[in-house]
Amino acid sequence: MNYLKIAAAGLLAGAVGLGAAQAQETVKVGLVVSMTGQQASTGKQIKAAVDLYMKEHGDTVAGKKIEIILRDSASVPDNSKRLSQELIVNDKVSILAGFEVTPAAMVVAPLATEAKVVELVMAAGTSVITEKSPYIARTSFTLPQSSVIIADYALKNNLKNIVTMVSDYAPGADAEKSFTAQLTAGGGKVIESIKIPLANPDFAPFLQRAADAKPEAIFIFVPSGQGATFMKQFAERGLDKAGIKIIGPGDVTDDDLLPQMGDAVLGVVTAHMYSADHQSAMNKKYVEAFTKANNFRPNFMSVGGYDGMHLIYEALKKTGGKADGDSLIAAMKGMKWESPRGPISIDPETRDIVQNIYIRKVEKKNGQLYNVEFQTFNDVKDPGKIKK
Amino acid sequence: MSSATSSILRRASDSLSARVRWHPLEIIFWIVAFAMIWLMPTRHLIMTEIAWLGLFALSLDLIVGYAGIISLGHAAFFGVGAYVAALLAKHELINEPVLALLVAGLAAMAVGFVTSFLVLRGTDLTRLMVSLGVALMLRELANQFGWLTGGADGLQGVVMQPILGLFRFDMFGHNGFVYCLVVLFVLFLVARRLANSPFGLSLVAIKNNPLRAAAIGIPVDQRLIVIYSIAAFYAGIAGALLAQTTSFASLDVFSFDRSADLLLVLIIGGTGYLYGGLIGAILFKLMQDYLSVLTPQYWPFWIGALLVAMVLIGRDRITAWNAPLRHLAAKLDWRATRRAAAAAAAAEDR
Repeated sequence: MNYLKIAAAGLLAGAVGLGAAQAQETVKVGLVVSMTGQQASTGKQIKAAVDLYMKEHGDTVAGKKIEIILRDSASVPDNSKRLSQELIVNDKVSILAGFEVTPAAMVVAPLATEAKVVELVMAAGTSVITEKSPYIARTSFTLPQSSVIIADYALKNNLKNIVTMVSDYAPGADAEKSFTAQLTAGGGKVIESIKIPLANPDFAPFLQRAADAKPEAIFIFVPSGQGATFMKQFAERGLDKAGIKIIGPGDVTDDDLLPQMGDAVLGVVTAHMYSADHQSAMNKKYVEAFTKANNFRPNFMSVGGYDGMHLIYEALKKTGGKADGDSLIAAMKGMKWESPRGPISIDPETRDIVQNIYIRKVEKKNGQLYNVEFQTFNDVKDPGKIKK
Repeated sequence: MSSATSSILRRASDSLSARVRWHPLEIIFWIVAFAMIWLMPTRHLIMTEIAWLGLFALSLDLIVGYAGIISLGHAAFFGVGAYVAALLAKHELINEPVLALLVAGLAAMAVGFVTSFLVLRGTDLTRLMVSLGVALMLRELANQFGWLTGGADGLQGVVMQPILGLFRFDMFGHNGFVYCLVVLFVLFLVARRLANSPFGLSLVAIKNNPLRAAAIGIPVDQRLIVIYSIAAFYAGIAGALLAQTTSFASLDVFSFDRSADLLLVLIIGGTGYLYGGLIGAILFKLMQDYLSVLTPQYWPFWIGALLVAMVLIGRDRITAWNAPLRHLAAKLDWRATRRAAAAAAAAEDR
């Protein structure tokens, strides 16, 4: 009789144990970024930030284990699409994250809609992306956010004749359009608009054209990773000494490459949402932990990855571990928190990011180059959507 | 007719018909390929890529392996096919994918025909540079005509209609895979017929010695123009398959990497026997897929290392492993036994 009881108790315990094991399911996050190819630096930054977040916060949230499945898009949007599709169909991921450039984010949007899977954009910055699917949320930035603010800065500082130089793809067009509109509305003038090819650009001929127009400043947007080449060629032609100023969204003085840019970059003024030099206790801790784990500085792409993970964790807490697309995206809307870049939130209407934009100047601190913030614009929504 | 000439003629016709006959391994290859539809339903997306890459490599094999024209710009035709297919669907000009596929292939063929005159001039190195130049020019054109092609953002918002109005391109890639596989098979049959025809044989003659081929009355230039255009048609179809299965076309379809990768695929699989491109595509894609999952950051290094190893060891030694298999296949080939018996009987008659 006793044996029977023990056996029954054992069975019961076993059943309970089994139940607990089943309750602790995994939530899979497909991270599709470029680990190789042209945008390799973006993938590297995001991956490092995601790893850091999970090291700090553990891999379990709301009773669910978080599993990251990393896939390399090799900076080719076709790959992003196929890999995302495989992640949805075979690995049954609940969330797709990453997307280094706009085309990659856009081409995956129909999949997110069809499969009802959240697509979390951690890098790409064209305004229109979040409108492509009701399941898209973004933790990076939009180019109009910084471009409009740097236009105001230019007007205030009497920089009225400006040449714009942007990479010839959607974010570049976004940056140019919003900058030009804001500048001309305030009485400034764009004397020449130059578009630079996206892949393997040689800036020299374009810089010559810009110099010939004799502007007071050049507005420049190049994607993360190309800024160093631009600044080098700018200095080589002696344009810094000719008194032409450089302004633009902060992509050009990317923290990842800034230390190698040399003194030509001193005094460049940009508007952006993150600088490794951002003065807050949280950012100090973040930069320290990040540089300790990797041998490079975190840049603005890294915070997109870090905050993306935070958004996933908090949304799962809010849904109590429910990971279907509808519950998750609903939980993400209106979420507010402090990020290493400052206070941010997800706009409940557009699912796009609302954040502070800082105006910064490149200065030397302890022998190292940094974007030092000197002016803050609070809670900037994406101007690309407000106008509609 | 003397008996010596008749025996030479018979041997020649025997060796020619041996080329045409289906080898059991070929039959097994295609049975396995079609069995994949049911065997591995979860891997259809990558197999779709293998199918169009195989077709693309087959098209390069037609000019490299048969006609001896080395090209580093074959992506030009792939890209034309991809953009034409994507544009036809986006602007709803031709909604039915199979018809659009054909039109895309013909468009690529037209480009191939026009550029063939450039490629025919000069020797290997010149051809390499000219083909590369054509692809770069087309890429830049696609970049410049952003209003039409979407420029560096790629052609977004393409919606593909169901194949033959019946089978829609599903999320799991099932229909897409079957579609690509059928197209590949049909075009392979055509290529096989072509390669074994007098036309195909004349190409091999040209490849071996253009001067001598001209001397025995083969119109060299005309033959090369024809095969170059046909290869462009094949490449265009491959590109269109990519565009149709992903509902997307980007500048990357014209990229130099794509042409260079394609040459790698063909080198891995071997040239001049039609299956080289297909086998190369399978090995290359699986290797890439496996390694990039294993180590997302450093996989290009391992691919490079494997390629170096392959070239150093030599393909002959790698394919040596399947010698017993081929032996077995030959034994299984009842037709060979029957032929041997017939030959013996013929010898006795004489």
